Amino acid sequence: MTVDSTSALHLDEPYARPVLVEGDRDIAAVTRRVCGVVEAPKPPKAWYVAITITSAMTVMLFGCVAYLIATGVGVWGNNSPAFWGWDIVNFVFWVGIAHAGTLISAILFLLRQKWRTSINRAAEAMTLFAVCCAGLYPSIHVGRIWVAYWLFPVPNQMQMWPNFRSPLLWDVFAVSTYATVSLLFWYMGLVPDLATLRDRATTKLRKGLYGFFALGWCGSARHWQRYERAYLILAALATPLVLSVHSVVSFDFAVSQVPGWHTTIFPPYFVAGAIFSGFGMVVTTMVPARELFGLKELVTLRHLENMNKVILATGSMVGLAYATEFFIAWYGGNPYERFVFLNRALGPYWWAYWLMVFCNVVAPQFLWVKKIRTNLWAMFVISIFVNIGMWLERFVIVVTSLTRDYLPTSWGYFAPTWVDICTFAGTFGLFLTLFLLFCRYLPMVAIAEVKTVLPAAHPHGGHGHKEGAHHG
Amino acid sequence: MQHETPTLYGVLAEFASADELVAACKRVKAAGYEKVEAYSPLPLHEVNHALGHTSKLSSLIFCGGLTGALTGFGMQTYISVFDYPMNIGGRPYFSWPSFIVITFEMTVLFSALTAVIGMIALNGLPQPYHPLFNSAAFERASRNRFFLCIEADDPRFDLAEAKKVLASTQPLLVEEVPH
Repeated sequence: MTVDSTSALHLDEPYARPVLVEGDRDIAAVTRRVCGVVEAPKPPKAWYVAITITSAMTVMLFGCVAYLIATGVGVWGNNSPAFWGWDIVNFVFWVGIAHAGTLISAILFLLRQKWRTSINRAAEAMTLFAVCCAGLYPSIHVGRIWVAYWLFPVPNQMQMWPNFRSPLLWDVFAVSTYATVSLLFWYMGLVPDLATLRDRATTKLRKGLYGFFALGWCGSARHWQRYERAYLILAALATPLVLSVHSVVSFDFAVSQVPGWHTTIFPPYFVAGAIFSGFGMVVTTMVPARELFGLKELVTLRHLENMNKVILATGSMVGLAYATEFFIAWYGGNPYERFVFLNRALGPYWWAYWLMVFCNVVAPQFLWVKKIRTNLWAMFVISIFVNIGMWLERFVIVVTSLTRDYLPTSWGYFAPTWVDICTFAGTFGLFLTLFLLFCRYLPMVAIAEVKTVLPAAHPHGGHGHKEGAHHG
Repeated sequence: MQHETPTLYGVLAEFASADELVAACKRVKAAGYEKVEAYSPLPLHEVNHALGHTSKLSSLIFCGGLTGALTGFGMQTYISVFDYPMNIGGRPYFSWPSFIVITFEMTVLFSALTAVIGMIALNGLPQPYHPLFNSAAFERASRNRFFLCIEADDPRFDLAEAKKVLASTQPLLVEEVPH
């Protein structure tokens, strides 16, 4: 966003940086291209096919949730000793996916990684939709969903308050704060772009709707100044927030005394995993979306390559965390801990463990090769592996520990029911439906922000810096 | 001239590039105008420097964050120590380290709400009407053009003079904008 941030410090580039936006690099063209997706009279045929499938899946999700609410949590496979099953696995999975959006919009913003401008809007939208899917699980897992407000410190008829020493309550606050802040961040970023759509609208309905949500934004310098200040501070707030959210999720496990959960490595390990899975999902959705909506010049191969580098780095961190867990299980000398880890690798869920290791540790290593990292099909396949692997990671953590704790008499084997499977598939339906609607009706790329990285937008007068100095 | 002033909002000039807008801002400021505003499709710090804008949003957000922290910590202390003391595993009622997470979350929540609501409120949004929306050219302010407006309620405002100053800055267009 900051236009003159680097003007004071002008260094000669040690090497030529690749450009951030390809093709016609003029600010009118960027506006046309992004708005063109929204203003096209009809979306591509593939969009109709996709939304038909995903909305059918969403209906299935609502059906499963209705069945669960009407019948009880027993319709899931959760049973003694595994009272946490796919619901918690899926909750952590979706919260993890949400992290990439905030990382791209907040952390990369503070680090002045200008390449983020082409992908941050879509990634923020994904954050929001993933949080919707994640939030669904704990609220239906409580069983009596009509009293879910007991989770919050709201005076109730029992005159009881929640227990603030419980990590589960911390989670309620962390996830709801995260959802609120993500929504604010996303909406605030949208306001100037909604104004652009309002000004270009040709029908009364579009003008009215986009105009309503654009709040009468007119792009005055004073408005921009407060907007940028708010944006910068939101980014500074969202950065520790995003790190805290998955740390707090990991406290749900780490603060308990279950072997395999009670470890201090959990917060950083969960955060690295969350970023890993989130970037995986961004690649999975952006590769087809940029093809489908003709945004290849804005979301370039360089953007995808950068994301693949993040996947490679965080994937390696996750691999290191797995190794550290095993080392500590051995070195710590706790027999229960040691057993749990041997059981993970060699016990009844060995298949899940080794599949996870393959997906999360082995598959991303192929991204060291530039040819693979810049090949659309290869990165798409690897990103799918990452998604599967990170789901399995949460499954391995939740289920292997619960089904093999201290007492062999209370050991068990968790198996999901059809409701578990259909609910999980349904959340993908909900996530993708929301994403498809977003692609069609809202600007998928942050128009005003992309304009700031175009050389045409940079005032050179009075600052004495060279033409075209800000390509990266 | 005098009878026109109440219905005139200002004189608007359109520029093709950010460079020209910045130069025009400086010139109009140098000519002594105070009620001047620039409009652009993207944020431009140079324009804010040229027009001398400052904002008190940061201190507002700090107050919001402080309120959040105090609310979060105070709520947990009041509930866990005074209103509903529960013995959880023999821990002290005032087990403040376990209150930190929620205190942090509340700090972030309150600051973020202050940032966005404060930005919207200080900017006077939502504004269903703005005189500049009367200008057909102004539609381009959210796309690829840059605008500068000298408002009619500037103490030094004189229509012919304002037009002359703006015309000297190489604009694409100069027009009067009614209320």
